[in-house]
Amino acid sequence: MDRVAIVGVAQTKFAAQKIDQNYAEMAYEVVESLFNKLGIDHRDVDNIVTASSDFWDGRTISSMSVQDAVGAWLKSETKVSSDGTLAVLYGMMRILAGSFGTTLVLAHCKSSEGHQTMIGNAVFDPIYQRQLGFDLVAAGALQARAYMEHYQVSESDLAAVAAKNLNNATRNPNAHRAMSISIEEALKAQLVADPLREYDIAPNSDGACAILLAREDLVSKFTDKPVWLSGVGHYQDNYYLGDRDLTTSRALEKAAQKAYSMAGITNPRKELDLVELYDTFSHQELMWTELLGLAERGKGAELIHSGVSKLGGEIPVNPSGGVLGAHAMFVAGLVRVAEAALQLRGEAGSYQVDGARRALAHGTVGPCGQTHCVWVLSKDK
Amino acid sequence: MGQRVAVIASGQTNHCSKRTDVNIPEMIQEAVDRALLQANITLDDIDAVVIGNMEHFEGINLSDMWASEGAGSVMKPAIKIATGGTTGASVAACAYYHCASGMFDTVLAIGWEKLSESDPTGGIITAFDPIVERPTLAGAVGGLAIEALAYMKTYNVPEEVFDLVAVRARQNARNNPHSHLKLDLTVEQVKETPYIAYPIRYLHMCPASDGACAVIMASEKRAKDLCPSPAWIDAVVSRHNHAWIGDIFFSKDSTLEAAAIEAYRIAGITKPLEELDVIELYDPASYTQVSWLEYLQLCEMGKGRYLVEEGVTAMGGRLPVNPSGGVVSTNPIGATALIRVAEAALQIQGRADKRQVDGVRRALATGFGGSYWNEVFVLSGK
Repeated sequence: MDRVAIVGVAQTKFAAQKIDQNYAEMAYEVVESLFNKLGIDHRDVDNIVTASSDFWDGRTISSMSVQDAVGAWLKSETKVSSDGTLAVLYGMMRILAGSFGTTLVLAHCKSSEGHQTMIGNAVFDPIYQRQLGFDLVAAGALQARAYMEHYQVSESDLAAVAAKNLNNATRNPNAHRAMSISIEEALKAQLVADPLREYDIAPNSDGACAILLAREDLVSKFTDKPVWLSGVGHYQDNYYLGDRDLTTSRALEKAAQKAYSMAGITNPRKELDLVELYDTFSHQELMWTELLGLAERGKGAELIHSGVSKLGGEIPVNPSGGVLGAHAMFVAGLVRVAEAALQLRGEAGSYQVDGARRALAHGTVGPCGQTHCVWVLSKDK
Repeated sequence: MGQRVAVIASGQTNHCSKRTDVNIPEMIQEAVDRALLQANITLDDIDAVVIGNMEHFEGINLSDMWASEGAGSVMKPAIKIATGGTTGASVAACAYYHCASGMFDTVLAIGWEKLSESDPTGGIITAFDPIVERPTLAGAVGGLAIEALAYMKTYNVPEEVFDLVAVRARQNARNNPHSHLKLDLTVEQVKETPYIAYPIRYLHMCPASDGACAVIMASEKRAKDLCPSPAWIDAVVSRHNHAWIGDIFFSKDSTLEAAAIEAYRIAGITKPLEELDVIELYDPASYTQVSWLEYLQLCEMGKGRYLVEEGVTAMGGRLPVNPSGGVVSTNPIGATALIRVAEAALQIQGRADKRQVDGVRRALATGFGGSYWNEVFVLSGK
């Protein structure tokens, strides 16, 4: 089988409200930035896969407005209506199928133009669940409580995640929410949905991210620092929260198994150098790290307390600040891939993980993480 | 190079204006069950699922989540694709790439829409720029009317041709148990219906339907193991367009032309009118069964009417177009373009019952949507 590599990445800065740009202008900014970094233009792009949400964009066919921005005229463009990590997967498939040599993957979202509670409520089925007033935050809070009760995890453990990630975000020039705060300060933040406080919950951001994928034989045309797509797994769980055990995620476990197996990883804690997670809520970083095999079940917080997952630790988790530092829907997963790629290219600036050769990037979508996608990226082919 | 991929089976609901007896996951499950039954396999044999619809229509955000139990995607790799009118074709393409890439062997592609729970035109209008386009040229009918009018004026084509197509499509639909509008009409009856947007009359236009379609694709070895008559996918091509409606050149559908030319090149087709045996065209309005045949390189520009009037595209003609009744007879939007692929495959497999065209070896299916995007599939029996 051919191999596919990431040959370039670009992001916008993430912010609460980019009032000076519409979606297409934001997409154009990031695509132009990518092209300029690589010294290429739209003719070097064989096809385009975008990721965006009609609900979060407030537009049906949310990819329609960005056609010019991505240079799709008389080319093939398609839209994954799900997380950016899955758009990377589809972009890779299109190359492996022999149909294209390069794929531009773009994700874009302007959270500021929608009403987040209403948009979140519309995820729930209109017959039984919407009337309960659910939104994605309320669902996340149920999951947090279930996990905390089952494993005796404290609010202070959650605050430790928030403090670590928001501190990491202060080193990331693209982060939306960056704060030098302590666990004690995080614990004093406003309670939003018990047990989740303000800093336990990802902000709603405007922003875009673009990466270029290339087939093995074309890689050298674009870069001498390719990042290889070594392993991937994606699975979807049941819909109704009551049909799932919210203290765990079998979809994530299975996705990780598949990605590890493809990449030849048997001991992720030893073989991975850093992890970028899609943790919309602080408790999810603890859960996801455990389910990825980086800690025992219920012991995710020990990774932070012992310094293992901090910047400079054995396996930094979310050195960029993660999703708690910036969260544009569907974009956030692509940003995880882009951040992992930056680390492997040695371009992560003041949050660089020294000597990173292998990284995990994770994406999720749906209430309490119904679908998960796990990527293993490598510096070495 | 990628692996060969075939459609091995498909299933459809019986599409209609209002399915009050099922909710969305239940409706999807009907199509999935029928596809699995035709393939004689179970969900355990499915390696991955690709699903699509347009979420503004039903007002269900992340609609693949609620659909999961009906789609059979629980604890399977699953991905959602949503691209407007082309959604079903984009879903089919994504399933194709799943197999062609060598990453998955048996993939379930699902398209669905329950338009009785929505305001389709209201939903479509939001596709357009809220400041410049929405107050003026937004929705599906307006753009189509402009194209139809430009076509009529450029090539001096009378609108009566469109009436004939409207009649014929609904007659074809009467042979298809899954179609929505099975109407025994006369040209006069079509002519009596009002213009929605000149020159498109009410009966020239597609309906809004409730329905789902499921297509099972497999990689070469698996297809041969599972199916005595796989419908091989020889070419998958999509071509996109400018974002702004004002930038689109309405008197020439360049994306359909470009997609068809590239698909023929890949499939080794030089004389499409002779080498194709049946076409399932995404025809949102009846005029497209005239002008879009020209972009498919079946005749010179402006001459499509003769293919229609001389019966070339009728059942029993040299190259029947839409034996299923097409989109003007059935339109559950997210499923519509996938139905084209499913129907083309049924024709190749000899499974099209009363709508079967004799001796189909090669079929073409298209999907249309967005800002004049087109997707073209070429399928064959070998």
